Amino acid sequence: MKVLVGIKRVIDYAVPVRVKADKSGVEALLPKLSMNPFCEIALEEAVRLKEKGIASEVVAVSLGPTHFQDTLRTALAMGADRALLVAPPAPPPPAPGSAAAASPPSDPAAAASSPDALPSPLGVARVLAAVAGREGAGLVLLGKQAIDGDCNQTGQMLAGLLGWPQATFASKLEGAKGGSSVRVTREVDGGLEVLSLSLPAVVTADLRLNTPRFVTLPAMMKAKKKPIEALTLAQLGLDPSRDMEPQLATLRVDEPPSRAAGRKVGSVADLVRALREEARVL
Amino acid sequence: ASTLLYVEHNGAGGIAPATLSAAAAAAQHLPGPLEALVAGSGDAVARAAQSVATVPGVTKVWTASDPCLERPLAETHAKLLADVASKLRPSHVLAASTAQGRNVLPRAAALLGTQPVTDVVKILDDNTFVRPIYAGNAFATVQFRAPPAIRVVTVRPTAFPAAEGSAAAAAPAEALAPELVQGAAGVRAAVWEGADVKASARPELGSAKVVVCGGRALKSKENFAMLEELADLLGGAVGASRAAVDAGYVANDLQVGQTGKVVAPDLYIGVGISGAIQHLAGMKDSRTIVAINTDAEAPLMALADYGLVADLFSAVPELLEEVRKAKGKA
Repeated sequence: MKVLVGIKRVIDYAVPVRVKADKSGVEALLPKLSMNPFCEIALEEAVRLKEKGIASEVVAVSLGPTHFQDTLRTALAMGADRALLVAPPAPPPPAPGSAAAASPPSDPAAAASSPDALPSPLGVARVLAAVAGREGAGLVLLGKQAIDGDCNQTGQMLAGLLGWPQATFASKLEGAKGGSSVRVTREVDGGLEVLSLSLPAVVTADLRLNTPRFVTLPAMMKAKKKPIEALTLAQLGLDPSRDMEPQLATLRVDEPPSRAAGRKVGSVADLVRALREEARVL
Repeated sequence: ASTLLYVEHNGAGGIAPATLSAAAAAAQHLPGPLEALVAGSGDAVARAAQSVATVPGVTKVWTASDPCLERPLAETHAKLLADVASKLRPSHVLAASTAQGRNVLPRAAALLGTQPVTDVVKILDDNTFVRPIYAGNAFATVQFRAPPAIRVVTVRPTAFPAAEGSAAAAAPAEALAPELVQGAAGVRAAVWEGADVKASARPELGSAKVVVCGGRALKSKENFAMLEELADLLGGAVGASRAAVDAGYVANDLQVGQTGKVVAPDLYIGVGISGAIQHLAGMKDSRTIVAINTDAEAPLMALADYGLVADLFSAVPELLEEVRKAKGKA
């Protein structure tokens, strides 16, 4: 069974972001980009399937500009056998009336940081569907969501486009060598649910599926020899204007509403008094 | 314009509180009639339909009953939802952004060829929505460039107060044509093998008026009992930080945060929680926030309306005592 893993590059989870002054998007306080943590968990699970002899090959795929190779190199160091980098469509012009249109950034790098520069989850799902078909993947493992857009859509949409069974929010994945199905425990409201999926199928990783390994220096050196293949949308049979058309425009990005400053209370009795008399919640 | 609401029910006639929030969001912010879709198998469908029919704002209830719809599997439910939407042509397909809504709606949207808008906290108009990004550190206002025929949207339940009371007259219910339901039976679907869902007498975490959350500083599963006692005293629910869940103190479904449950109660009490941004993303819309921690510099302390710098093992028993006294006086 060949396992395909989708990889997204995001602002590192530990780096604080702030809303840009012109409200066109967010900026990171440190220029550190990393693999989306949920993608990392998905990849770790795929590598473990290979180590157990259940997966025959692990292929990492990303959609993005050339510098996304760095992130795919990390994926290869974690244990992916090879990687594919699909060139994205040109970002759409900002929507009329949006904050980005009001103050167009002077350099293209700044333009690329606007939320609409990234393909939509539907576009990404179409790319992954085409790659899954081209590769003959038996299992596609994705993170349940990316920590930038927090959309939580791509895996479900991919499974829908392919007509494959899906198990989202997986916290446990069991497969048998040469088996034709996987058993997935998934996190639902109120507890856990167990599904059995006949392959091919799509599984999205939740936090507790595993703890990804650290990338060692020797692994990083070895990964330099592994291949990263560049693909175009045309090679995948996709039409940028039809299949990747961004249906949504981001008009503006705002800071969360601020809260009035709180205060420290000296004792439990003070706390209870404040909750009764000021906040009136007791 | 009209809205098709995907109903989440428990098989015994109970409607998920989150669905009531989604119904209220549609009734107040979207134009046209509000039609509900109840999918399931056997008597459960009629029972749920009966409950939905009196939810304020609901103008019609469509029912779909088939053995393949018994469990809310994404494959069958998304297929049904997409087929029904293609037939009825609503301007909006709406559901609550719960584990079930998040599982089913994007798949249905893909079948309809439309980009969904998930976890919406504000509906500005038919085509324009506000949703949190970056763990709630920013809010994006998004708009369809060219309005699609059908817009697929999930709403964050805590952002829309649940529809309360019941309509004077029940909305009419109608069973969908069998051939429309049959499409779902033909899809390749996952096989449901079992569930480990704990029944709790406490209110549901996502809709509770009071939430008491514990972190790793609780040190053990046993110590969580005092938070449960506090929650019960206040008529609230118990939640936890990711660290406490990962340490095995409580079950995964109690996790509050960016990737867990989002809560916005009238009163949130965080005990021994430092406040990683992923946790804050799940609770910072709470009306009154209390933090109890030995670390005065903890991020949750900075967010709290009332911060108590104290050892939780003495403060919580004392708080139980004081709340009992206060309740006695009231």
